[in-house]
Amino acid sequence: MFGEYSIGDLGSIFVMQGFAGLILFSVYVLMALGLAIIFGQMGVINMAHGEFMILGAYVTWMTSNVFQSYLPGLFSGYFFLAMILAFLASGALGMLVEWVLIRHLYKRPLDTLLATWGLSLMLQQAYRSIFGAREVGVDLPQWMLGSLKVSDSIEVPINGVFVMGLTVLITMAVAYIMYKSRWGRQVRAVVQNRIMAGAVGINTAKVDRFTFALGCGIAGVAGSAFTMIGSTGPTSGQLYIVDTFLVVVFGGAASLLGTIASAFSISQTQSTLEFFMSGSMAKVLTLLAVVGILMLRPQGLFALKVRK
Amino acid sequence: MNDNRFTTRSELIGILVLAALLVVVLPLCLDVFRLNLVAKYLTYAFVALGLVICWGYGGILSLGQGVFFGLGGYCMAMFLKLEASSVANTKIQSTPGIPDFMDWNQITSLPLFWQPFHSLTFTIAAVILVPGLFALIIGAAMFKRRVGGTYFAIITQAVAAILTILIVGQQGYTGGINGMTDLRTLKGWDIRPDHAKVVLYFFEVGLLFVCIFIAQFIRHSKLGRILVAMRDQEDRVRFSGYSVANFKIFAFCVGAVFAAIGGAMFALQVGFMSPSFVGIVPSIEMVIYTAVGGRLSILGAVYGTMLVNFAKTSLSESFPELWLFGLGGLFIAVVLAFPNGLAGIWQDHVQPRIDRLISSRKPKSESGWTDNSVADGAPAE
Repeated sequence: MFGEYSIGDLGSIFVMQGFAGLILFSVYVLMALGLAIIFGQMGVINMAHGEFMILGAYVTWMTSNVFQSYLPGLFSGYFFLAMILAFLASGALGMLVEWVLIRHLYKRPLDTLLATWGLSLMLQQAYRSIFGAREVGVDLPQWMLGSLKVSDSIEVPINGVFVMGLTVLITMAVAYIMYKSRWGRQVRAVVQNRIMAGAVGINTAKVDRFTFALGCGIAGVAGSAFTMIGSTGPTSGQLYIVDTFLVVVFGGAASLLGTIASAFSISQTQSTLEFFMSGSMAKVLTLLAVVGILMLRPQGLFALKVRK
Repeated sequence: MNDNRFTTRSELIGILVLAALLVVVLPLCLDVFRLNLVAKYLTYAFVALGLVICWGYGGILSLGQGVFFGLGGYCMAMFLKLEASSVANTKIQSTPGIPDFMDWNQITSLPLFWQPFHSLTFTIAAVILVPGLFALIIGAAMFKRRVGGTYFAIITQAVAAILTILIVGQQGYTGGINGMTDLRTLKGWDIRPDHAKVVLYFFEVGLLFVCIFIAQFIRHSKLGRILVAMRDQEDRVRFSGYSVANFKIFAFCVGAVFAAIGGAMFALQVGFMSPSFVGIVPSIEMVIYTAVGGRLSILGAVYGTMLVNFAKTSLSESFPELWLFGLGGLFIAVVLAFPNGLAGIWQDHVQPRIDRLISSRKPKSESGWTDNSVADGAPAE
């Protein structure tokens, strides 16, 4: 298998493959961060998470179209505005969904799964009616095209580097919000003991609504980043939803660090295996390994010790 | 009311009404094409029935019932495919006597795991045992470690994803994304013409009633009451000395075997099997059937399946865009407003009126043992 490659080639292949894995890792982390908040912290199974992500992607696509036709001079910077809009749009939709649907179902986690699945079907159809069934792709500004030459045989695409940088920033922001800010403390208090949190004066209903909106908003940003490396269709979100849930569960549902660690190990395993075998077998083996490990260690990689 | 009995009187009436509908009314009123559609819907009713036991009574939500439906279906389809690819039928291939998709994928001899499917006896055993054992392994691994609720749902969903990718990826052994098509005969008996479809329909209805009676038996036995107790207060059942894990494994296996029977009937009735019945989307749709029919009602599951599928066929024929909105909305409405589905509506609003009509002479109506616990609690976590 390795016979026909020299040592130098092999090294480059592993670096390039590792880099492809890092891009996949970024997508997983961005998607899983929102879900780690919604599922890990609140215990709500949001099957429509992928559709919130796709909403962000469509918002980005629309923004890029607007910039192209009305503000071509500012096109190179459209992405930053698009990301903010994507966050706001997905967050607002999330808030609405929480108010209409989720808040009635906090005591029935399995039923939220069914209800949000219904929601995801409706959103998919809405996207198909509004944006058409065909996949759309955005035009990247000039500075994001091309690749950086690291050495003679190693090249990394700039948009990949950008997505990775974005992932690091968003992860740090989420970690700050959840673990350092006053609001994050309130969220964690509500998660750990809703009744006591209410008793000390935290408005739990409001905290729930904003937590859900934050998770959805991050999904929107993930979708926005997603447009830079792939095209978007009405059902693209569904492709990632199982992977994302596995990432969160595998990491240990309540742990942000675990989510990142599991996204890293899953994406690296998959992209390394993809070099040796067909993409579908790589995916099967990765998922099997994850499910197998979860059967041996159901609490996930990083379990938070709490008294139940 | 005494719930040790196999069926209460109102349930018996319900079963008889369903039997009359399926055996007499539908075959008389519908043409063969529509009857064949009903037969296709009823294959899903097996899955829904299994979900009533597993989810409604046991509280175990499996989002991987498509896996078992698929395993059963593929076992049956493998037998039919082998019979369809006899040497005489496939003499234009480069290797005669193997299924066409293997020939297209440059496989020159029948793989080892295909060999036993030459025998019908083995196939029928495999339809029951392969999914049953698979459910046993998954169930034992998960429930012995007290994994349940949402985690179990997500993991079964992952299993459904894995199996779909595997079937699509291993085109040479499974037929890939197209599945196994062009199934022709069962032991020399052509399953394609209309009269064969009608015979298969009646056979299927018979099997469905066998499953309904098994489900009824489980529901009214001590076993069924332990399942319900476990769903509502798992710890108390455990402290009373019952092995909760074993009961859960049992419920999950029953659900799997029912689904597999449905899958095998699907392969016979519809004449093909493909990975599009295995994955996440069909698995969740099967849960919808049960939820709409009423997760606690054995007969409700059958009606729910037929109703949702009928709506799906007619809506997607005339308004393809509305269908997903309708399905999604139906789902949300059922979860939010009618957690007990059609059966709950029947029990709360229609049944009392009927009882009042009948029992205006009698002092107290006989409504049997009702179970409305879902509305105010959760299926236990």
